[in-house]
Amino acid sequence: MTTATSAFDVARIREDFPVLQQMVNGKPLVYLDNAATSQKPQSVIDTLVHYYTSDNSNVHRGVHTLSQRATEDYDAARSTARQFLNAASDQEIIFVKGTTDGINLVAHSYGRQHLGPGDEIIISTMEHHSNIIPWQVLCQEKGAHLRVIPINDAGELLIDEYERLLTPRTKLVSITHVSNVLGTINPIEQIVEMAHSRGVPVLVDGAQAAPHMAVDVQKLGCDFYVFSGHKVCGPTGIGVLYGKSDLLEAMPPYQLGSEMIKSVTFERTIYNDLPYKFEPGTPHIAGAIGLGAAISYISDIGMDRIFAYESELLRYGTERLSAIGGLTLIGTAAKKGSVLSFVMDGVHPHDIGTILDAEGIAIRTGHHCAQPLMDRFGVPATARASLAFYNTKEEIDVLVKGIDRVIEVFS
Amino acid sequence: MPQLPDVPLHGLYGESIMDHFRSPRHRSALASSDIETEEFNPFCGDRVILQIKLDDAGRITQVSSRSEGCSIIQATASMMAEALLGKSLAQAAALDHAFRAMMRGESLEQESAPELGDLVAMQVVREYPVRIKCALLPWLALEVGMESHQLGQAERD
Repeated sequence: MTTATSAFDVARIREDFPVLQQMVNGKPLVYLDNAATSQKPQSVIDTLVHYYTSDNSNVHRGVHTLSQRATEDYDAARSTARQFLNAASDQEIIFVKGTTDGINLVAHSYGRQHLGPGDEIIISTMEHHSNIIPWQVLCQEKGAHLRVIPINDAGELLIDEYERLLTPRTKLVSITHVSNVLGTINPIEQIVEMAHSRGVPVLVDGAQAAPHMAVDVQKLGCDFYVFSGHKVCGPTGIGVLYGKSDLLEAMPPYQLGSEMIKSVTFERTIYNDLPYKFEPGTPHIAGAIGLGAAISYISDIGMDRIFAYESELLRYGTERLSAIGGLTLIGTAAKKGSVLSFVMDGVHPHDIGTILDAEGIAIRTGHHCAQPLMDRFGVPATARASLAFYNTKEEIDVLVKGIDRVIEVFS
Repeated sequence: MPQLPDVPLHGLYGESIMDHFRSPRHRSALASSDIETEEFNPFCGDRVILQIKLDDAGRITQVSSRSEGCSIIQATASMMAEALLGKSLAQAAALDHAFRAMMRGESLEQESAPELGDLVAMQVVREYPVRIKCALLPWLALEVGMESHQLGQAERD
């Protein structure tokens, strides 16, 4: 074990998560579906209760005390998110519903403004449907084309192919930081550098990266970065779109309403400054404040320590699962996040999921909203165990025992 | 066949279901058929291709029920094919009705309810609400197939 992992007091951390302290089907819950959503620490739950118990009010409107408190906490959450991503300023942090919403915002606003007939958008084979469909529909609308970077059998991007796809017709690259199915960590800095050398901006889908590793948008150099609150131990319905301020300034609003305006007459409306231009209507105030608490919680543990601990869990899980006959891991990239997707000979993932559930083990089964990727590997679905910093090697042992049960039932 | 009594699976992977899963009946494609449908569940990749051959009296003389996916769909598709043989389309519709009623936990009037036979084993799936759709896909194929057959008949008449 490395120093970073031996210093990691997972037993202490688990005490912060009330949901983990339960029995499911008579067995202690083993929650291995973190790529779908993460569990919430008590501090986040307390923050939400406190907000609704003591501070509930609308933001940026009232002069009364409660409104001031709510506004202060809401603004503070934005600063927390800025620090988390190391963005240059708070106005580059737009609160959105989640990753899907953030990508849709960029597609509708930036995409509509910049895309024309014959233009191209580059994505990859390993994208989640959320990072395919908005671009596909936009391309159909504009007479533009979607270009897809292929991957190798380990689940790594073919960078040479990407190089070939970058042409004067390319208007945007939209790529996932970490694959939700394969766990592959993509070389974002290199991808951005190659795109920027041709003047092409890059959006990064950070839904599966932000919960597991330190993200520095200035170091990555990307133009947009999106992640979901509920995958970083925060509430559902809140997420962050980071955008470089010069790009955001030049973009038209995505949705229209109050909060995003400076002045309104029946003849014309002057839009508000960043970030409010992109936050019409009463925002998800409690969600944003809860997200702030969640980011503080994981940042206090330390993203580098989380990454080191999860890497050790992944190494252990890979070793144990690889030793099981008839089990094939899907996604074996050299640089990989804590996702273990697998298929088993003669057993459909749904049957794996049901038998494991009887053992108290929660995994995801299905196509993981990545059907083109399933097609690439020639499988209809996979079983996926996705790890978080509150999981343990003992839980991986329980998973392996559960898989032994699957083999027993189907032998 | 291990029964794993200590696992709270309610017999989901019990003898009858696993027998039909391991040795599915009526999986060979028919060269010609009067009814042919394919149903697909994009959420899990479950798929069933159903073919039915009728005689002049309108009785089911041959069935091909080819399914891909989990144990539930494969066992159901096999059991359904077995149960359909020799039935008229009206009896097939009644069987479908009875199966769906069983999966909803409803009891039909005894005298009008057709024999479900091996299909009774599928009621365990009610304990797993997210898996019920797996058990219903072959029946959906049957319903869609019979409906388009009836439409075709109506057009010819």
